[in-house]
Amino acid sequence: MTARHNSIVFWAGIAVFLVAVMAMTQLVRNEYPFFAGYVILQFIVLSVAWSILGGYAGYVNFGTNAFFGVGVYTAVALFKVSGAPLVVQIAAAAVVGMLLGLAVGLLTLRMRGIFFSIATIALAIIIETTVMNWRFVGGAAGIQLQRPPVTEPFDSYVKMLFFVQGVLVVIAVAIARYIQNSRIGRGLQALRDDELAAECTGVPTLKLKLVACMISGGLIAAGGAPAAMYLQYADPSSAFNLSYSVSVLAMALIGGTAHWIGPVLGAILLGTTQQLLAVTISSEVNVLVLGIMLVVFVVVAPKGIIGLLRPRYRLRAGGKA
Amino acid sequence: MTTSPATPDAPLLQIRTLTKTFGGFTALDNISVDIKKGERFGLIGPNGSGKTTLINCISGALKPQIGNVIFCGEDITQLPPHQRARRGIARSFQIPRPFRSMTVLENLMVGLDFASAPGAAAAALPEEEVAMSILTRMGLAAKAGAPTDTLSQVELRKMELARAMAVRPKLLVSDEAMAGLSHSEVDEVLDLLISLGDEDITIIMIEHIMQAVMRFSERVMCLDAGRIIALGAPDEVMANKRVQEAYLGT
Repeated sequence: MTARHNSIVFWAGIAVFLVAVMAMTQLVRNEYPFFAGYVILQFIVLSVAWSILGGYAGYVNFGTNAFFGVGVYTAVALFKVSGAPLVVQIAAAAVVGMLLGLAVGLLTLRMRGIFFSIATIALAIIIETTVMNWRFVGGAAGIQLQRPPVTEPFDSYVKMLFFVQGVLVVIAVAIARYIQNSRIGRGLQALRDDELAAECTGVPTLKLKLVACMISGGLIAAGGAPAAMYLQYADPSSAFNLSYSVSVLAMALIGGTAHWIGPVLGAILLGTTQQLLAVTISSEVNVLVLGIMLVVFVVVAPKGIIGLLRPRYRLRAGGKA
Repeated sequence: MTTSPATPDAPLLQIRTLTKTFGGFTALDNISVDIKKGERFGLIGPNGSGKTTLINCISGALKPQIGNVIFCGEDITQLPPHQRARRGIARSFQIPRPFRSMTVLENLMVGLDFASAPGAAAAALPEEEVAMSILTRMGLAAKAGAPTDTLSQVELRKMELARAMAVRPKLLVSDEAMAGLSHSEVDEVLDLLISLGDEDITIIMIEHIMQAVMRFSERVMCLDAGRIIALGAPDEVMANKRVQEAYLGT
């Protein structure tokens, strides 16, 4: 399959997806599928974004919740100041997420392996504490938000949020795919395999890691921004909840990180399971199931779902797809 | 340092009073040497004498406390390794460090993507063809699509040299590329290195296998405890009493 042919298939798939999402908002009456679907789409955005740094570059970021929470609170602050529309909230969250990614990258990307991961956990705690003491956005008690009237052609705000999150999925996937097929992707893959050898082969490792960290952070924050309007409420301990980090990491690893489709599959599989369990048993069981699935996959399929589908897949990890 | 490299006899690489210490341990002590363009330069010395530290300072993995590294008339002492690779310094590693998740061909593509000088003559060719032509030269064409963990030791060594060649180096530093190889394999890799040297690529070779050093080098430098104890034609250096003492003990 040529790269060109591949691109046509990809963008056709994207178009079908967007049309399906849009059609669903127009045809389905019941609001519940949108409530549940929003969360699944959100996790697709988060895990695709996470794997740009965590998968391609191999830098395991435990601070997904930091970027997510920053996205939420950027939206909250902006909404409270000026009543900015949703699109502006999301764009602003993306910018703040990228700046945070740059700052975090400059501070921590010289650390490798587990040290980087620990630093990102610390980051989340620092930011959460700061927000907790920021009265303007509600402090530790949280803040109630009144949704503005919904925009045409949607008849409910949740349906609109569902569609918006669908667009964010498209953006995240398109960016991840672009990186994967570009020389940036090859450079990230090289530095994941061996940082010194990559440097000595001409790869500007620090620069590439910073770029990955900024894009990943910006996308996670953008994915988190609509959550404030979704819940009509924000508080630090849920916006900065560590379970975002754990879920996203599990989804990306279970799906497989060598290809952008991996985190998408992982997020659909785990996100759907979580939603079903939350309805049928209890939301607490989620965590248990997540843990069990992660253990099973690490043992049975260390390369994730995509590794199972194509055993020789990893060879093409940096190739055109 | 902005001396123009235009003069034909100007050394390609100048090392000036290089000193590198790790805590209280002096790994390199006031090393100065010039390496000419196109030269085949052997670097020997007992274990722990500072050979790898010296080439780490040349390739940029380490930065010295004192002294300068000047390449093509430009002071590169403070440049990170990838900048040096782009200026034409490539290296292989004592223990091979392939990009394990990639095929042999993709390993080379990294260098072509990131380090090749833009506007090079071969830029007209698609990268894959350039990579294949390098692999063919190294006798690895049949392994182009193979993952690196299926390679034998000698193939890994050759792949490291091929990947270094993808950087289009002016200077190639080979760090014990023959360690752990059989006699016939040593000859194979040595022939490759010599043929690269014939193409105007300057080569610094670190090696413990003396026959290889003798056959390869135009000049040999022997280090001991971070100092130069001998520098000159291979047989002169081998005949040097201090070199023999360093290797055999007194």
